[in-house]
Amino acid sequence: MSRIKARFEALKKEGRGALIPYLQAFDPDYETSLELLKAMPAAGADLIEIGVPFSDPSADGPTIQAAALRGLKAGATLGGVLEMVRSFRETDAETPIILMGYLNPIDSYGPAEFCFDAVQAGVDGIIVVDMPTEEADLLDSHAREAGLDIISLVAPTTSRTRLFHVLKDASGFVYYVSITGITGTGSASQAQLEEALPKIREATDLPVAIGFGISTPEQAWTASRIGDAAVVASALIKTMAGTLSEGKATDKTLPAVLEQLMALSAAVRA
Amino acid sequence: MTTPSSSLPNSLRSGPDERGRFGVFGGRFVAETLMPLVLELEEAYRAAQADPAFREELDYYYRDYVGRPSPLWFAKRLTEELGGAKVYLKREELNHTGSHKLNNVMGQILLARRMGKTRIVAETGAGQHGVATATVCALFGLKCVIYMGATDVERQKPNVFRMHLLGAEVKPVTAGAGTLKDAMNEAMRDWVANVADTYFLVGTVAGPHPYPEMVRDFQSIIGTEVKEQIVRAEGRLPDVIVAAIGGGSNAMGIFHPFLDDEDVRLIGVEAAGLGLDSGKTAASISRGRSGVLHGNRTYLLQDKHGQIEEAHSISAGLDYPGIGPEHSWLNDIGRAEYVGVTDQEALDAFQLLTRTEGIIPALECAHGLAHVMKIAPEMPKDKIIVLNVSGRGDKDIFTVASHLGVNL
Ligand SMILES: Cc1ncc(COP(=O)(O)O)c(C=O)c1O
Repeated sequence: MSRIKARFEALKKEGRGALIPYLQAFDPDYETSLELLKAMPAAGADLIEIGVPFSDPSADGPTIQAAALRGLKAGATLGGVLEMVRSFRETDAETPIILMGYLNPIDSYGPAEFCFDAVQAGVDGIIVVDMPTEEADLLDSHAREAGLDIISLVAPTTSRTRLFHVLKDASGFVYYVSITGITGTGSASQAQLEEALPKIREATDLPVAIGFGISTPEQAWTASRIGDAAVVASALIKTMAGTLSEGKATDKTLPAVLEQLMALSAAVRA
Repeated sequence: MTTPSSSLPNSLRSGPDERGRFGVFGGRFVAETLMPLVLELEEAYRAAQADPAFREELDYYYRDYVGRPSPLWFAKRLTEELGGAKVYLKREELNHTGSHKLNNVMGQILLARRMGKTRIVAETGAGQHGVATATVCALFGLKCVIYMGATDVERQKPNVFRMHLLGAEVKPVTAGAGTLKDAMNEAMRDWVANVADTYFLVGTVAGPHPYPEMVRDFQSIIGTEVKEQIVRAEGRLPDVIVAAIGGGSNAMGIFHPFLDDEDVRLIGVEAAGLGLDSGKTAASISRGRSGVLHGNRTYLLQDKHGQIEEAHSISAGLDYPGIGPEHSWLNDIGRAEYVGVTDQEALDAFQLLTRTEGIIPALECAHGLAHVMKIAPEMPKDKIIVLNVSGRGDKDIFTVASHLGVNL
């Protein structure tokens, strides 16, 4: 069984949803982001999303744009991100790792090689922001062969008919982009989530993670109840950015992010 | 608009396919949030294509507002100066707002109105597309937001002021190098955040399908007119057509009607910046490789890890690390050729056209002219070259002055 499946099944038994924190690889440097990654499970991360820095993150707001830029400055490459996951797997064999990024670095790496290397490194799923279902054949067969889940995105603009189309061959879990907007700019209300989720569940039996605009413990709790997981990204990165001094990590960086993560995870477990 | 003959199976004019692809290029690489909009846009465009009233309306605006047809001018003094092939100029700089950009904008704004959209966003490099968009928004009373790289805001001040006068909001983008690529990212972010009422009015033959096809169709009026005009003037088709390439819309517009006329050589001129091998260039085909950005697969300037590189050109309208997907395909099948012209060569051409023909060209099409200056002298006097003069150079006089050491 895949790590993603095992983790969601275990949480179901526990009777709670998952918390999925996000960090940008190499932000602000390789060592700090690896240390943060390694410390996340103990701080309450159930699954972890790692952002792969890209020069043109057109679906991201200012916070993640800045993080991507710091990551690139620190020398981030897709190969380097896989290296980071490999290192994480030396100490953690169970926490699912999902890479989130844009298509071009994968295209440049080579789709088949990437899927193979990613699984070898210990990656469980990938979210490719600018690869809709219509273009997914670029990776699909390679991912399936390698055993890598391609996580499907659905949005408030995805119609009912389209939900069935998009989720037909979905694997791992489904990522609901809960606002029509870029990362870190707004949040869906509880009522909006309560209206959206049943429609998604009609089209899939997979767990549904809710992301975009979740920043407070209360929002994380709500999303993890209405959906099956809450993704928190910009809020954690904002905290990290606030601890940096001239773009460099300080001794406040890890404690600040981890403290916030613990508060979020406590809420999801409440 | 696509004419029926262009859908013949053996025509090079039949692309893109159903997935929006020209060979392996093109496609619809957008976030799921935008995917339904892109599909809706395609549907709306197909409906407009099938509606004779749409074409009639567009023709009306082309004639009475844009000022079409634009003349095809025989550049006698330029031809004599170069001493070889006859050079004709397609005078797109005479269009209202001073460039070819309005051809596309006019078509898309009518479509946006049909779709009931009330807010228009657009990206702009040189500001010509921004000005054209702000112009039609003024004409129809629509809200207009233009994203423009901060660097470009600086080097294209007259156009920024024009957009303000026209009632548009100009948002400078400071990300990256503050040029067209960054403006495109920001416009896409705006679109995602305002899907309900907003129409994204793309300015070149790039972006997710159907933009490359649609923009090409609207710009094809250029080539369609040239075909008639040159036959009237010379009794035959030209030997060579030259156009400068930023995203590639003025080039696609003049090339497309000639794609099946295999004796007509098509040459796209990319901005080589400081030189093709200087690392400071915008020549995506000459120095890039296939990748995915801004919704389509195409040739891109990128590093070996797939990070997009900053382009460089003296011309803000050519300063883009990609190129429309149809050009990438035309390059790969060998139907069109793509060459580079440096900043300096463009500056020289700018001055030559001004002095010989009394036409101040935009720096963008000065790149095209620089290539004409290289090939015309080598060609016999009975050969014909058509250069697309995509815009007028008033917007560039500050840039040119500073390169000539003149303080305005
Ligand atoms: C006058 C002029 N020509 C050419 C271009 C380049 O665009 P395209 O390659 O889409 O024609 C621009 C873009 O701003 C322009 O203003």
